Amino acid sequence: MSTSVPLLQVENLRTHFFTRAGVVKAVDDVSFVVRKGEVLGLVGESGSGKSITAYSILRLVDDPGRIVSGRVLFDGRDLVTQSPQAMRALRGGRIAMIFQDPMMTLNPVLRVDLQMIEAVLAHEDTTRHIARQRARAALVRVGIPAPDERLLAYPHQLSGGMRQRVAIAIALLNRPELIIADEPTTALDVTIQGQILYEMQALGRETGAAIIWITHDLSVVAGLADRVCVMYAGRIVEEGSVTDVLRHPAHPYTRGLLDSVPSRVPRGARLRPIAGMAPSMLALPSGCAFRDRCTHAMDACVAAPEMLPFGPAGNGRAVRCHNPLPSLLVER
Amino acid sequence: MLAYVVRRALQSVVVLVAMSMLVFVGVYEVGNPVDILINPQAEPIERERAIAALGLDRPLPAQYAHFLSGALHGDLGRSFVHGVPAISLILQRMPATLELAIAAMLIAIIVGIPLGLLAGLHPRSLAARAIMAGSILGFSLPTFWVGLMLIMVFSVMLGVLPSSGRGPTTDVLGVPVSFLSIEGWRHLLLPALNLALFKLALLIRLTRAGTREALLQDYVKFARAKGLTNARVVGVHVLRNILVPIVTVIGLEFGSVIAFAIVTESVFAWPGMGKLLVDSIGLLDRPVIVAYLLLIVAIVIVINLAVDILYSALDPRVRLAGQDA
Amino acid sequence: MNAPHAPAEAPLQRVLRDFVSDPVALAGAVLLLLIVAAAIAAPLLSWQNPYDLAQLDLMDGRLPPGARGAAGRVYWLGTDDQGRDMACAILYGLRISLVVGASATIVALAIGLTTGLVAAVAGGKLDALVMRIVDIQLSFPAILIALILLAVVGQGTGKIVVALIAVQWAYYARTVRSAAIVEKRKEYVEAARGLALSRTRIVVRHVLPNCLPPMLVVASVQIASAIALEATLSFLGLGLPITEPSLGLLIANGYQYLLSGKYWISFFPGIALLLTILSINLVSDQLRDVLNPRLQR
Repeated sequence: MSTSVPLLQVENLRTHFFTRAGVVKAVDDVSFVVRKGEVLGLVGESGSGKSITAYSILRLVDDPGRIVSGRVLFDGRDLVTQSPQAMRALRGGRIAMIFQDPMMTLNPVLRVDLQMIEAVLAHEDTTRHIARQRARAALVRVGIPAPDERLLAYPHQLSGGMRQRVAIAIALLNRPELIIADEPTTALDVTIQGQILYEMQALGRETGAAIIWITHDLSVVAGLADRVCVMYAGRIVEEGSVTDVLRHPAHPYTRGLLDSVPSRVPRGARLRPIAGMAPSMLALPSGCAFRDRCTHAMDACVAAPEMLPFGPAGNGRAVRCHNPLPSLLVER
Repeated sequence: MLAYVVRRALQSVVVLVAMSMLVFVGVYEVGNPVDILINPQAEPIERERAIAALGLDRPLPAQYAHFLSGALHGDLGRSFVHGVPAISLILQRMPATLELAIAAMLIAIIVGIPLGLLAGLHPRSLAARAIMAGSILGFSLPTFWVGLMLIMVFSVMLGVLPSSGRGPTTDVLGVPVSFLSIEGWRHLLLPALNLALFKLALLIRLTRAGTREALLQDYVKFARAKGLTNARVVGVHVLRNILVPIVTVIGLEFGSVIAFAIVTESVFAWPGMGKLLVDSIGLLDRPVIVAYLLLIVAIVIVINLAVDILYSALDPRVRLAGQDA
Repeated sequence: MNAPHAPAEAPLQRVLRDFVSDPVALAGAVLLLLIVAAAIAAPLLSWQNPYDLAQLDLMDGRLPPGARGAAGRVYWLGTDDQGRDMACAILYGLRISLVVGASATIVALAIGLTTGLVAAVAGGKLDALVMRIVDIQLSFPAILIALILLAVVGQGTGKIVVALIAVQWAYYARTVRSAAIVEKRKEYVEAARGLALSRTRIVVRHVLPNCLPPMLVVASVQIASAIALEATLSFLGLGLPITEPSLGLLIANGYQYLLSGKYWISFFPGIALLLTILSINLVSDQLRDVLNPRLQR
């Protein structure tokens, strides 16, 4: 399923927003690797910087934000320094993105077919007719019934699940090697969520495309991803394979996320939310950003911890914590 | 869609009738109707006869019915000064006003929308700031004063353009127009520019605001994520979204431009309806005043109706709302 | 998107701070204050009362700017055909323009505020009816409404003010009603009603303060509009009578002399009018940006 050839390497990425109220370090020293055909889950609550990471990869960050430092290596080239034309060729071509709210990502005053055809024509010099055929085939592939009618429709005439399928179809049009999906199921019904997740997984396997799946919902990651990165306040705090991270979380935040899922709590027992609130990105505590809410905090936590690998070499486990959870301390 | 059109049309008729009642009551009850409708310089016997003929001695509802039936037949009284039916006087001058109004709107649209787009796309650039500064100025300049200044600069000081009047006209389908000749254009230019100024500023600001708001939307980011060129993102995605409200504003403002032409026509002595109105006010030719007001009201109502229908046709969300499950 | 939380600050403080952060808006505000001050102090600042015919010297008529009059006085802005010093005439004219514009706006605001609140609170058919009337009126150009009213009620100072009020009230009514409807639906109003507080109290203490920011924005735009409309009507000869010449009438007076090159009679009053409207617009623009919650980044 996944080879060990890295497709995307994000190295020490920093994206900051220079607002009137101060500098927001939305992405602060983020590094991870995505391999060919692999599904990487990027997990974190709202405001943790996961979406901005995705936009940074494709250089879609709007004012007042910009990439301050770091590299994003795709196929050997650093995307941060590529020309606008080169980026345009990549976007929607070899790297595709799916957004969260399909109502707002599809242009409400343009027909579906136009929005799909233009995506094809932007990357291939072909006729409208052929582009249309491709669009139709893509709709069929994502399981949309009566594709011809849907092509002639406007976005508001489709249901939420259908619109998201269209967005997925658009992403697949040019056979991307990497798909970045930014919370694509968050705005949908639970039942539709399940369907789309299943289909995305199948499509990933079929096409061999790597997927970065961004979500705040751990249960999504559990079923879908191969590896997972947990983000907090703009930094990655833990990474590893899905089974490792979910069964033996090393970072107290990951543990807190797992514990706060209601379904994991036995009936009648108290729910265990993480104490406190996510900090304002304008007023981050010094050192480890989680220390004010952490049950494991020590004096040493006033110094920002580094991302340190642990466990047997090559298993890709790492955690950013001075006092990670005991079950793995033995391995350090 | 049809139901909507019918409903709006009926509403327009109601408004038209209501406005006619307002003008009627104002003229026949509040003002001195005798003075308004009958030349105060007429002989007493004439006045008696006129009063009877106009039904001014009858009860109010009967008078209104009389007025309404007259209006429907196109009879809105006779001008004191010229002695001809007021309505024909006005219609004679309407092409001049329409030509001026259309020229002004075209200038405002052709210059305003691109400038507004530019200002919205690069809000912090020097060009954008200059455009916005210009638009505030255009907004704040009193139209009549600008007209005077234009005359002062181009006619008096530079002597390149005429200071008043309409140029030679040619007939197109029986309607005299002046834009088919250079001389006609020379006369049309300053008044059209003057009238266009305010709307130009308005359109620039509107387009800029719409563009700025559109650029923040997710569909713009998504369009970029598909790898579309900037030209296409702006030219198709953004433009199609902002055009709908802008077109409706243009439509609604057109009625305002026709009404506001009064000022420009006065300053430049342009022989349109507006100048006729101001002259009539000065000469106390009240039937013409009444006829003008009613006609303009009717025009505005019709334009508003057309714009409403056009809006529902252009925005697919509104248009298809009735057709969906 | 990540929403940075700014530290809490008193609203008025924030508004003022944001307002002065733009140098252009600040300049506009300063200019406006100067203009208003000059208008209020007109009798003190001008050496001549331009409406007192005894003080005028016809021989000094139509003198260009900077010329010296028969008595040796320098007329910095020239004189009009009656020998009035343009500078003094402008100061007095400014006064009248501002007074008429401001008073019309205040009354229109009061009427619109009441109407909008009543409509919003009453709801149902009354609300629908009032808003229908408001919408219809707003669909007509202001100048047309003013003309209709003036044709019906005649001319004179009071009637002009009435026309200006009639043109404006609908904007306030609509703004206030929208804001009030939004407030009405908020939970704290339900809660207050649950506590059996009197309706009036709820409206005045809770709903009203939230309608003020948008109304302030509308008012600032409308004052400039009112002043401009009055000037336009006066220019057309439909406005204020000759005994109370506003800037519009001054400009109209100068119209006939334009072709003979005596531009100053129209030019300088126009500049005064322009600066007044411009400064109000600069202030209202900034006010709108500052009070708009959606533009807070």
